[in-house]
Amino acid sequence: MKTMSTFAEAGADLEFVDISKRFPGFTAIENLNLTIPAGSFFALLGPSGCGKTTTLRLVAGLEEPSAGRILIGGNDVTNTKSFQRPVNTVFQSYALFPHMTILENVAFGLRRRKIDDPLGKAHEALRLVELDHLAARRPAQLSGGQQQRVALARAIVNRPALLLLDEPLGALDLKLRRQMQLELKSIQTEIGLTFLHVTHDQEEAMTMADIVAVMNKGEIEQMGAPEQLYELPRTAFVANFLGQSNLFTGQVTDSGADSITVDVAGRGIVVPRTRAQRHAGEVTIGVRPEKLLLHTEAPTTGAGINILGPGRVTDVSFSGVSTSYIVQIPGLGAVTVFAQNMVFGPVVNEGAEVWVSWTVDHGFGLEDEPTTGSRFPADASTSAIAIQRRAALETELEGA
Amino acid sequence: MTALRSDRKRPPAKPETARPSRRRLTGLGLPIYVALALVFLLIPIAYTFVFSFNDSVKSNIAWRGFTFEKWLTVCNEPGLCEAFGNSILVGVVATVLATALGTAIAIALVRYRFRFRSSISLLLFLPMATPEVVLGAGLAAQFLALGTQKGIVTVILAHTMFCISFVVVTVKARVASLDPALEEAGRDLYGSAAQVFWRITFPLLLPGILAAALLSFALSFDDFIITNFNSGAVDTFPKFIYIAAARGIPAEANVIASAVFILAILIVVVAQVSRSARQKKLAKLN
Repeated sequence: MKTMSTFAEAGADLEFVDISKRFPGFTAIENLNLTIPAGSFFALLGPSGCGKTTTLRLVAGLEEPSAGRILIGGNDVTNTKSFQRPVNTVFQSYALFPHMTILENVAFGLRRRKIDDPLGKAHEALRLVELDHLAARRPAQLSGGQQQRVALARAIVNRPALLLLDEPLGALDLKLRRQMQLELKSIQTEIGLTFLHVTHDQEEAMTMADIVAVMNKGEIEQMGAPEQLYELPRTAFVANFLGQSNLFTGQVTDSGADSITVDVAGRGIVVPRTRAQRHAGEVTIGVRPEKLLLHTEAPTTGAGINILGPGRVTDVSFSGVSTSYIVQIPGLGAVTVFAQNMVFGPVVNEGAEVWVSWTVDHGFGLEDEPTTGSRFPADASTSAIAIQRRAALETELEGA
Repeated sequence: MTALRSDRKRPPAKPETARPSRRRLTGLGLPIYVALALVFLLIPIAYTFVFSFNDSVKSNIAWRGFTFEKWLTVCNEPGLCEAFGNSILVGVVATVLATALGTAIAIALVRYRFRFRSSISLLLFLPMATPEVVLGAGLAAQFLALGTQKGIVTVILAHTMFCISFVVVTVKARVASLDPALEEAGRDLYGSAAQVFWRITFPLLLPGILAAALLSFALSFDDFIITNFNSGAVDTFPKFIYIAAARGIPAEANVIASAVFILAILIVVVAQVSRSARQKKLAKLN
């Protein structure tokens, strides 16, 4: 390949066309279509077993798709080997070569491609991650955070058109993770590569990525800018995986030009028409906990305000910046409210009678209903399959 | 204060009185036991070493005086050095073959899923479990059926065969402990299959491969039973000793046995010293 001997000038588009990946016994990805624009920081977010790591491995060439095509910068790479793709990966376990020095680890890719001055370029990459002074050491002599930075340097020194990050911050503690998030983001802006970041940490995805795709059961549920996903989730899974949501299901009683009204436990709740995916029949609507206001007296009803209550506060938990209240409303269940701590301590105590209200514009309507049972139905994961098999076997043995 | 001190004294008083009697018992018993065990293990080796300096004439049973002569003229004993050379040749060739084949099998068994994988894994244990007499006789019968002339080649084949099992078992453990992500990282960093193997897989497996090779060589070098069935007219060192035992083992055989023993000890000592030196260097770097 001609492109192999030179550095990528800029990031490249990544395109998935009808990609499916089936393993013996289960399907990891089904008919995935996805385009990641060049130069973007793209996060693939989902629970474990949703197929996100498989997606990454397909791009890296470590797995072959059962069907479909993968294009990098417009070139079909579906049938090329891993080492022929202009792609580098930062592995979850870092996968630093334990028998080589840090410098040789970083220079490995350059040497394989016979690029001039591999050691000089490796030093340069190590300086970028501020680890040049440890170049002579072995990976085992470095801390987790340092190893992570070496893994990053080893990947970006090759200037890949596409950098793949497989939960690279998972093993770090919170403070280090924050620091690395900022560093990663600044490196990405500095060198302008396309980053594909796989993570199950929604906060990480939202703070770092330009575009977030929420993946569930081998499919992309929703994709968009982080604030767009957060403020207007389309499905119950997204509403609950990305932050928290209060979801209510009811019949549409009125469908106007600008808004729809949904019957929630006897009260009419209004949702803007443009923010609702479905406009008739039984629909699920929701609102984020921090958009809710607590009232100790019944608030005056007015246009543009939704009110629920009265209910009882059953739980108050203080977390510094905010306090979270759980309000049990008869006929509706628990509603979570996050309130900024503008005054000292909680505003109301457990057992208090309260009403909650929110601005109509903050509500959203979903295209599906929340599934009963587990919030993260990860039935595609290998451990889930093992559990299912064992349960099936146990019932079979009991029956015999 | 006084109340406190008496309180504190009471609880540890019990174990302190109980402990010394037990310690005295083990304090005497264990060293004696260890010393006896060591003497038992070392007597044959010491005997071999001492009698390599015996100024023997025909048989090497009675002590007839000290001499260095046997060490200087080992090869004067007819057939001895030739047999020793054969043993080295067989050992080296069989080790190289068995290590190469066994390593490949071990990698295949751990890294890949294929038909009959588990049955192959099981079959590899058979040569280790089968009595050597059966193995040797069985092989001899096969060579006879094929009409193969028995000689050094058949010995090498036989040794390679039983060494493979030991190599596979030793290397397999090493491969299993190797993170597959390392090889994936090698491929991801533009390494072709061959480059990934020689620059990542092989260096990381090397300690296991070396251990397997040493084991193979040791097994091959002192194998007598299988060799005896399949060697025809060719003598190896163990075979020479066995035959010589009938008319009295020459002191030259003791010389070679002692030399091999000293060499083995030297290798172990050098390996240990260099390893602890490397560890000290690493510790200093930290």
